[in-house]
Amino acid sequence: MKELVVISGKGGTGKTSMAAAFAALARPAVLADCDVDAADLHLVLDPQVRQTSDFSGGKRATIDPSKCIGCGRCAGMCRFEAVRLDGPANDVIGKTYAIDPVACEGCGVCVEFCPVKAIELDEVVNGHWFLSDTRFGPMVHAQLGIAQANSGKLVTLIRRQAREMAEERKLDLIVVDGSPGIGCPVIASITGADLVLIVTEPTLSGRHDLGRVADLAANFGIRTLLCINKADINPQMTAQIGEEARKRGITVVGEIPYDDAFTKAQILKATVVEYTGGAITERVKALWRQITYALG
Amino acid sequence: MKIAIASGKGGTGKTTIATNLAVSLARAGRRVQYLDCDVEEPNGHIFLKPDIERVEEATVGVPQVDQSKCTGCGRCGQLCQYSAIICIQKHVLTFEPLCHSCGGCMAVCPASALTEKPRRIGVAEYGAVNGVAFGHGRLDIGAIQTPALIRHVKRGIREDAVVILDAPPGTSCPVIEALKGTDFVLLVTEPTPFGLNDLELAVGMVKTLKLPFAVVINRCDMGDDGVAQYCRREGIDIAMEIPNDRKIAEAYSRGQMMVDIQPEYAAKFCQLCEHTSGRMATR
Repeated sequence: MKELVVISGKGGTGKTSMAAAFAALARPAVLADCDVDAADLHLVLDPQVRQTSDFSGGKRATIDPSKCIGCGRCAGMCRFEAVRLDGPANDVIGKTYAIDPVACEGCGVCVEFCPVKAIELDEVVNGHWFLSDTRFGPMVHAQLGIAQANSGKLVTLIRRQAREMAEERKLDLIVVDGSPGIGCPVIASITGADLVLIVTEPTLSGRHDLGRVADLAANFGIRTLLCINKADINPQMTAQIGEEARKRGITVVGEIPYDDAFTKAQILKATVVEYTGGAITERVKALWRQITYALG
Repeated sequence: MKIAIASGKGGTGKTTIATNLAVSLARAGRRVQYLDCDVEEPNGHIFLKPDIERVEEATVGVPQVDQSKCTGCGRCGQLCQYSAIICIQKHVLTFEPLCHSCGGCMAVCPASALTEKPRRIGVAEYGAVNGVAFGHGRLDIGAIQTPALIRHVKRGIREDAVVILDAPPGTSCPVIEALKGTDFVLLVTEPTPFGLNDLELAVGMVKTLKLPFAVVINRCDMGDDGVAQYCRREGIDIAMEIPNDRKIAEAYSRGQMMVDIQPEYAAKFCQLCEHTSGRMATR
């Protein structure tokens, strides 16, 4: 079983469009949407949800206003500015302390140090994850609640579920749609992956961000491939990026020209390879062949 | 006035709009600061090309153990919600990358065996160019404390200027940290199904943060009308629409600013700022 993770560094380079196309070409494979902050893969893959589960990324503190004596110790110790003096009155004081659920990181310090044990630490449901079926294979995806934390944990969970699904259905490939950036969710997406595909664009921004995310993948010792999307926007930059990638041991597996077929396909809820049999689809197929060679 | 430029979806044009807005305002004589809060992948400097005048190392506090004082009570490990510190037979082990710097272990240790030491997570850099004060953060590769670095960068906010905060993509902790304390949010989107989906998530986020906002539709003629219809249905203010333009895309790829390629945009960006001020004045 192999796991391919599609990341980018820079946002908007075409990760999801590519991952969706790979799903169509790899069929059947397990698909996993690990861009939990802004999940879009489902818009094209149209998953039929079979199982919904709660996701809890951490805990949150709540103050019982009937017990609060207004000593303010919680506010004094909270490092996340999550405690405010704006709770309801009780028999003892006109205003009690209250926890801001968005700011609270669930560290438990206020709970530990409240002299009257007025604070509880409870598991919070931050979102939901889903096991679904799509026309290309099973899919694991999620919806993080609004303004919720701990995307990294949810990403880890999705990947674990995807591996279990692959074993269960005897499928030997997992295609993971990752997120932009280099932080916690991206790290959680790539650790232990067999192959990372970076999708970039031939712009100074794309090149800058590619350098950082490639460093990240290298830190984790993961074999890295590169696809330069919208390659004709700046052919010189495409060549330069390709050269720099090869120098650092990254295989350039494709240069895909800008094509509004990607947008048109998305609007029709199709992958680009379903939308058109034209030149652009041939390029994407050639890219996929290169990736399958690398997957072994 | 602090205006945040956010999106939900990546690659919609936050940095393009933020940098061009900042430069347009500066050219119109306003005191402006551009703060790049996308500390994982900062791009503003590519277009603004600032002279960096000050570099600050950004750190978070992590526990440091004096094993000779440790009594082996294990309370540090019991308190920690992040598995960042455990005590095994009077030996305390810390896993700094997991530490959330809550200070709990140090506070709960009865033997004063734990003190706090700084752990570097990245840098914040400040400077200026052509009348625009500049600041950004650069997270160290492999570090996960994005919100902490954003907090550090924001400490350099100039209260005497119009501050344009360029937020990272997404809808979770990093963006929320960038948006906290700002006065208005411009949500930049593209007119596609992905753009619409992520815009809806971003709208949910700014509403949770109780911040006034408006939408900027970038490359407004390259997709469908889903975003426009959604905004109309929800009564969401579309503050600006920018048509798709390959020349601007090519210039962008070279690190050139939109207002230098199409100077008429400078007035449009100033209008965007006026519109934003107007919205805030009527609250």
